Amino acid sequence: MIRLSNLSVSEPGYTAGAGASRPLLEVENLFVEFHTREGVAKVINGVTYDVRAGETLAVLGESGSGKSVTAQTIMGILDMPPGRVAGGSIRFHGRDMLAMSAEERRKIRGEGIAMVFQDALSALNPTFTVGFQIAEQYRIRRGLSRGEAKRRAIEILDQVKIPNAKQRVTEYPHQFSGGMRQRVMIAMSLALDPEVLIADEPTTALDVTVQAQIMDLLAELQRDRQMGMILITHDLGVVADVADRIAVMYAGRIVEQANVHELYANPGHPYTIGLINSIPRIDEKGQELRTIKGLPPNLMRIPSGCPFHPRCPRAEQVCTQQLPPLLQVGPTRASACHFAEEMVSRG
Amino acid sequence: MGRYVLRRLLQLIPVFVGTTFLIYWLVWAVPGDPFAGKCGERRCPDAYIDKMTELYSLDQPLPVQYFKYMSNLLQGDFGTTFGGQDVGALIAAAYPNTAKLAVVALLVEALIGLTAGVLSGLRRNGFLDNLVLVSTLFLLALPTFVTGFLLQWFLGVKLGVIRPTVSAEANFSELIVPGFVLGSISLAYVARLARTSIAENRRSDYVRTAIAKGLPMRRVVGIHLLRNSLIPVVTYLGTDLGALMGGAIVTEGIFQINGIGRTAYRAIVTKEGGTVVSVVVILVLVYLFMNLLIDLLYAALDPRIRYE
Ligand SMILES: Nc1ncnc2c1ncn2[C@@H]1O[C@H](COP(=O)(O)OP(=O)(O)OP(=O)(O)O)[C@@H](O)[C@H]1O
Ligand code: SF4
Ligand SMILES: [Mg+2]
Repeated sequence: MIRLSNLSVSEPGYTAGAGASRPLLEVENLFVEFHTREGVAKVINGVTYDVRAGETLAVLGESGSGKSVTAQTIMGILDMPPGRVAGGSIRFHGRDMLAMSAEERRKIRGEGIAMVFQDALSALNPTFTVGFQIAEQYRIRRGLSRGEAKRRAIEILDQVKIPNAKQRVTEYPHQFSGGMRQRVMIAMSLALDPEVLIADEPTTALDVTVQAQIMDLLAELQRDRQMGMILITHDLGVVADVADRIAVMYAGRIVEQANVHELYANPGHPYTIGLINSIPRIDEKGQELRTIKGLPPNLMRIPSGCPFHPRCPRAEQVCTQQLPPLLQVGPTRASACHFAEEMVSRG
Repeated sequence: MGRYVLRRLLQLIPVFVGTTFLIYWLVWAVPGDPFAGKCGERRCPDAYIDKMTELYSLDQPLPVQYFKYMSNLLQGDFGTTFGGQDVGALIAAAYPNTAKLAVVALLVEALIGLTAGVLSGLRRNGFLDNLVLVSTLFLLALPTFVTGFLLQWFLGVKLGVIRPTVSAEANFSELIVPGFVLGSISLAYVARLARTSIAENRRSDYVRTAIAKGLPMRRVVGIHLLRNSLIPVVTYLGTDLGALMGGAIVTEGIFQINGIGRTAYRAIVTKEGGTVVSVVVILVLVYLFMNLLIDLLYAALDPRIRYE
């Protein structure tokens, strides 16, 4: 068995999408903690993932597993204090962003890596028109004139399929419906043509009816622009359609990473099995959902050994003592379970 | 928008009538003969009493008095004092000085209070933040007259950098220290309000978005954060202008400024009911219009507020 971080780059078939030589964005062995009055919460405990141009990586996991905090650390919008990056690196085009100057990092935001937030109503500034908020990026970052910037803002609103973009550009965020507002959010994140887009639960704040539309839009834009996309979600159902790879997070670690189809067909980690079993299925209508028993751990007192062991139906003695590393267990798969190889080969 | 303003103006009428009537009633219903002590030790001559009684309709029921008084007032006739002075002229001499003083106080509040509040809100628990917290607590704890006498003595007498009292012209430069004294308590409030507001909004999602867009920090703070954080502060400053004019009495006394506060004070002491009412009526008007203005400004700052 070989450590994933040494292998993921050269392993054939590991990339979906464009077979670029090197991932655009590589998060490696990232540690983040929050220093609060109650103590130190170890929120991110060695996360490693990467994304290439043209590829969508879905990040999955229960609430509190650290999906958003990882994204915030990449974007440089972590609340510090109480947050603190305690280790690891985040490389963009091979350069460690955590070692860059604030000014260098700023220039990557928006143009290199952009982010779509969950709740567009609070993420957009309520006191400026959507046009202003989009156009300011062209004005400040590209030095375009007001008129030209506005024209570009209308153009990008058109691209996210907002009807009447020309009129709506002068409206305020609260004048849009939830779905349209999320389109504005998406337009804003795409304004500077980013190479990597991080979408943090982009549809959870929306009506079920528009969720699919927004997801389709994102997938389409990602494909057309050949962006690398990190899609954070709780929703395994959504993932199957749009993602190339999935990273499953638990207690601030990646516990399994695999191609979508493989992961569904043959999950290589007991936690992933639990997640898949908890998806509502049409053929099981009326039956009780099989949820994972127990609760996610308190991040100030993470269990010894495998953090999942108190909830794991497969746990054995070794699990309470040894932390299973994330290891490559197949050409396109890595898992952090002591019994991963067994599980994968049996499936 | 136009209709909203019109409706608000119409709403002012009952408020205006209600408050001014209350004042009128309070002033003229004070126990005691309005002529007591007016003419030295002796009782006033009947002829004089009759003349004044007629002038102020003192023998009529209160609502009638009020009505007559107000209709004169609205035609620009403020009446005369018992001594025969024109109240209108008295007010015209005093009002500009008070207005100047209040504007200086407001500027001091806005400039110093806002700057201190914004800076300390951005760096909570830093050195500057602690400095601001301590010094504003100091200002809040000191009554205006203490701040006033202290600065008058220290700057005016001890160091001699200002004249201890303000000249009759009341130039803006002379009014800086009195303005600071008058605005000192509000200044502390403004600083603390701005500090809380900035610190609260600093963590809001839209500020995060602005940072995530790769805008320079200057712009994130100066445009995105400030606009939202200013809303409560601007509201406070607006309503405060009226309060400053009404509250100028102590400051005007200390620095001997011929303003509305001193005029009102003298009128109260000498039982010049007509003057007291006139002064207060104008204060009420200023206050009401400032309120309207602030509501409009509020809506201009926050587009979610609609005029309806
Ligand atoms: N500013 C903060 N201060 C203290 N703790 C924080 C802060 N932000 C996040 N955390 C903690 O970090 C942990 C991970 O949070 P995160 O938001 O990354 O979870 P998530 O996986 O995105 O969950 P969700 O699916 O609910 O969005 C949580 O336990 C949360 O309480
Ligand atoms: S290491 Fe043990 S406890 Fe952890 S997931 Fe695997 S079997 Fe379960
Ligand atoms: Mg989250």
